[in-house]
This record gives sequence, structure tokens and C-alpha cells, in this order.
Amino acid sequence: MAAKTYQAGVKDYAKSYWTPDYVPLDSDLLAVFKIVPQAGVPREEAAAAVAAESSTGTWTTVWTDLLTDLDYYKGRAYRIEAVPGDANAFYAFIAYPLDLFEEGSVVNVLTSLVGNVFGFKAVRSLRLEDIRFPLAYVKTCGGPPNGIQMERDRLNKYGRPLLGCTIKPKLGLSAKNYGRAVYECLRGGLDFTKDDENINSQPFMRWQHRFEFVMEAVQKAEAETGERKGHYLNVTAPTPEEMYKRAAFAKSLGAPIIMHDFLTAGFTANTGLANWCRENGMLLHIHRAMHAVLDRNPYHGIHFRVLTKCLRLSGGDHLHSGTVVGKLEGDREATIGWVDLMRESFVPENRARGIFFDQDWGPMPGVMPVASGGIHVWHMPALTAIFGDDACFQFGGGTLGHPWGNAAGAHANRVALEACVEARNQGRPVEREGREILTEAATHSPELRVAMETWKEIKFEFDTVDKLDSASPQLRVA
Amino acid sequence: MSEALAYKATERRNETFSYLPPMTPERIRKQIAYLINQGWNPAVEYTEPEKSFSSFWYLWKLPFFGETSIDRILSELETCHRTNPGMHVRLIAYDNFSQSQGTAFVVYRAGAR
Repeated sequence: MAAKTYQAGVKDYAKSYWTPDYVPLDSDLLAVFKIVPQAGVPREEAAAAVAAESSTGTWTTVWTDLLTDLDYYKGRAYRIEAVPGDANAFYAFIAYPLDLFEEGSVVNVLTSLVGNVFGFKAVRSLRLEDIRFPLAYVKTCGGPPNGIQMERDRLNKYGRPLLGCTIKPKLGLSAKNYGRAVYECLRGGLDFTKDDENINSQPFMRWQHRFEFVMEAVQKAEAETGERKGHYLNVTAPTPEEMYKRAAFAKSLGAPIIMHDFLTAGFTANTGLANWCRENGMLLHIHRAMHAVLDRNPYHGIHFRVLTKCLRLSGGDHLHSGTVVGKLEGDREATIGWVDLMRESFVPENRARGIFFDQDWGPMPGVMPVASGGIHVWHMPALTAIFGDDACFQFGGGTLGHPWGNAAGAHANRVALEACVEARNQGRPVEREGREILTEAATHSPELRVAMETWKEIKFEFDTVDKLDSASPQLRVA
Repeated sequence: MSEALAYKATERRNETFSYLPPMTPERIRKQIAYLINQGWNPAVEYTEPEKSFSSFWYLWKLPFFGETSIDRILSELETCHRTNPGMHVRLIAYDNFSQSQGTAFVVYRAGAR
């Protein structure tokens, strides 16, 4: 090979980083960005600039480039595609060699892929739509501490989705009053209750006090019902040291599950906590506060399917997925797409669900999706049909808002859930016959009958802001 | 809005379907048909009610690998129940793809019949 010579100055990114003939390797990490370039910047140049800035490149040539083999280390823009229904944006596909990333570090991957490049002037807007993690990289990550099957075996719950509830009001209850709300939900038939994400250790309820009263409530409900129960004790804390202290205290009280906010606390904390959970036989529930800041704008940020993949690699046994039917954002096909990414061992490319790449998870355990936010008994048939058994449905207001209280609300949800599962197993179309199925079940359950009367009029029918890209006309937020 | 009613004293439950009325033979048949159609392997377990919290109940014979006769499974459940009065009897379905159970529910609740 002829030696290269050093020439100072700025050269077009496309010369080095646009390689349309490149065939990606199985070991490459692949990414697809949605790019709106600045006026006058050709698509190939914008794609190459993103490839360069997220891998080896800097704005000018430097002599030390010649001390290494940059052709080996560089990211390559290898394909450009039009975005359906949008003349300004395009998709850029970029392949990164595996050696660019530290093993087992989604932190390192994200620092490269969504680092400086997002402030880069040559692009008007940039969104990371999907990442294909090569199996070789997946195998270096710890993943979920337990996984779905291990959770079922630990909790002795088979053949149905799990039921939970976030305790409200989310701020201001004392530890004992909070424990009361937990006990009532669990004795009425829920599997789990949950700390709200805002609950950490405020003056009105310090974490030790909450943990003690909550665990008394969990254990009393277990003893009375004969079923296994849990409460997601939120160990999200100002420092990792404090987080581990809270996790260890939860374990000492016999808690089966703890909770963490992976985005506000950060991936370093999350990966460490997942490792702790794996070593300590603890289930890990993951909340996603701050995700909409990153993923809701169709032209900027990181799509939730990428955050989902990163969380599965970093580690968590539950992850909030959206409900499709409740009060929070989430298109149905797109939601099914990222739910598959949580649970399945192999997810094929499927543009109709926004999946850009085949993703092979190898033997990595699955994450249980958690559907939470503005759902109530009338949503149960649709939730059962959309999510299947391996999911956790969380009814907050839909449990606590029952006219007869938490236990009756929990009971109503459990009856509705079991009725839908039984009907589905009998081959009935649960979504279409939902009204009949619930009405039949309510003849045996006054709790369910009253719940159905209470919430019959509530619907959440706003349009989704972050839709899948398609050629059909739709609302856009630029 | 109906007036608030007191929620009854907490009852012992047994996981899936234990908040529905006790199973009838007709309803059990449909659930057995479902688990057979899923390709799962039926098995029967039983235990004293006071030991029901354990992960391990007594296994009745061996799992009925590849069994597709609903009548056979029903009769095994019934024989287990007759042989072990006063015990819970549950039907489980081994899913050897997930290496777990596809479903499990109590068919005879101790004290119910």
C-alpha cells in the first residue's frame, strides 16, 4: 500500500466517509439517523459528516491521523433512503466497526453516536432512529438481571399478565399512610404496587420509613392471600453510593423487587444497579422519566426503540412501554415494535413497525413491558390482545379511584384480567367481544360492576405526535 | 354513584383464575384444549393448602408429555383429587421453549368442594 502524505486543511467528509459500495459486516454496529441537512448541503455530504463526527473525524485534517489506520476505524455512511412523505429529511445508514466501542458499555456507544454530532452545524436536525447491536456486542452486556421467565418462577405467576398500581397521591403521604394504600391494593388482588418516580426520599416520607411500612404491608398481604406480592421500592438516589445503600436495605427487608429511573439517573448507575440485582437475586423495575424529552420530536433526539435496546443491554426486568390505549403517547404498531425488542430473542426488520434492522439478542433474557398511564377496566380486553401474557398492566387511578376503595378496585381489575385471559384461551376475539366478556364477569363481581359504571365514559383519543414515517398525510411537528 | 361498601375479609387465593368462580368441567376442557394447542405439556400437581406458598407442590405421576386427549387429562385431575382429598390440585403446562410454564391454575380448591 502506498504511504499517505500529510496535507493540512479541510476536505469534504464524503471523500472519506461516504462509501455506498460498503457491505456491512455482521460484527458492525449499524445506526440509522433521520437527517434534515442545511440548505445547499448534499445528502451524501451530510450523511458522511454524521458518520465522521460520530466516529473518527474532526473538522480538519490532523497529522496524527497518519499514525493509525483510519480506514479501519472510521464509521461509514453506506446507504441513503428517502423518508416517506417528507421531501426535506432522509435516512442515513452508518456502519461502525466493533472496535470503536468499549465492551458492555451502552454509555460509550451513546457518547459516540449521540454526542457532539447532535450539535453539528451542517445538519439542521438529527434523530437516531435505530441501532443494530451486533450479537458479538450483545454478548458483552449483562442484560436483564432476571428476565421474564425467572420473574414468573420467582413469583409463581403463569399464564396471565401481571397487575400493578402506582400509589397516589404521588407526593405528600406519610410512610404509614402510604403503606396502608399498598396493603389495600395487594390484598384486593394486585401482584405489585409501585413507588411513583417522584418519590425518592423527601422530608414528608424518608426512604427508610417508606421501605419498612411498605414491606410490612407486602408481607401481610402475602400471608393473607397466599399469593406472592411485591412493591417497586424506588432506590433512585442522588449518588450511586446512596442508591446501593437503599438497595441493600430493601434486600434486608425481604423485598423481591426494587425500582430505578434509568434516564435521569444515567446508564452508568443503571448498569451498576442491574449488576447488583443479578448478584443479589433482586428484580429490577425500570421507569423512564425524561424519555419524552429525547424521543417525542420526530426530527430530533433518540427514538424510544433505541432507548429500549440500550436499557435491555444495560439491564432491567421491567420497562415502561406505553399502553397504546391510555393517556400517554404511543402509536399501536410502533409500540408493538419496541415491545418485541424488549421480549423477543430475534426481531426481524419490519418497517411497518419502525424496525430498521434485524436484531439478534442471542440468549439475553427479555424485559417485561409495563403498560401504565390512564388505563382502567374497560381497557383490559385491548391490553390483553395487544400485549399478551408477558406484560404488566398498571392501573393507578383505575385502582385507587374505585368508589369502594383500593382493595375493591384491585379486585375489579383482577376479575377483569382473568375473564379476558380465560376468554382469549377459549378462542374468543377479546377486543371485539370485550364488552360482553366484562359484563358476564361482572355478574359474579360487584366490584367489577361498579368499576365499569365509574369509568365507562373515559377515553383518550388525541392524535399521536410521534408517528411512524409514512407517505400518507399526517400531523407533523417540525 | 353507589354507596361505598366494605371490602370483605381477605381470602386465600391461588393465582390465575382464582378470582373467577370455581372451574366447571366445561370450562376446564376449554383451557386444556388451549394449552394442548399451544404445544405445551400438561402436568398435575397437588399440595396441602398450608404449604401452597412453596414453589414445589407434589407432582402427580410425571408430566403427560405429548398428551392430546382432553379426557385423559381431566381424568388424571379427577383421580389426583379423589386420591388426595383436602388438597389443592392444579393443572400446569410446561413450555419447553421458554423452559417455564405457559400456564398454571388450580382446578380443585381444597375446601371448595
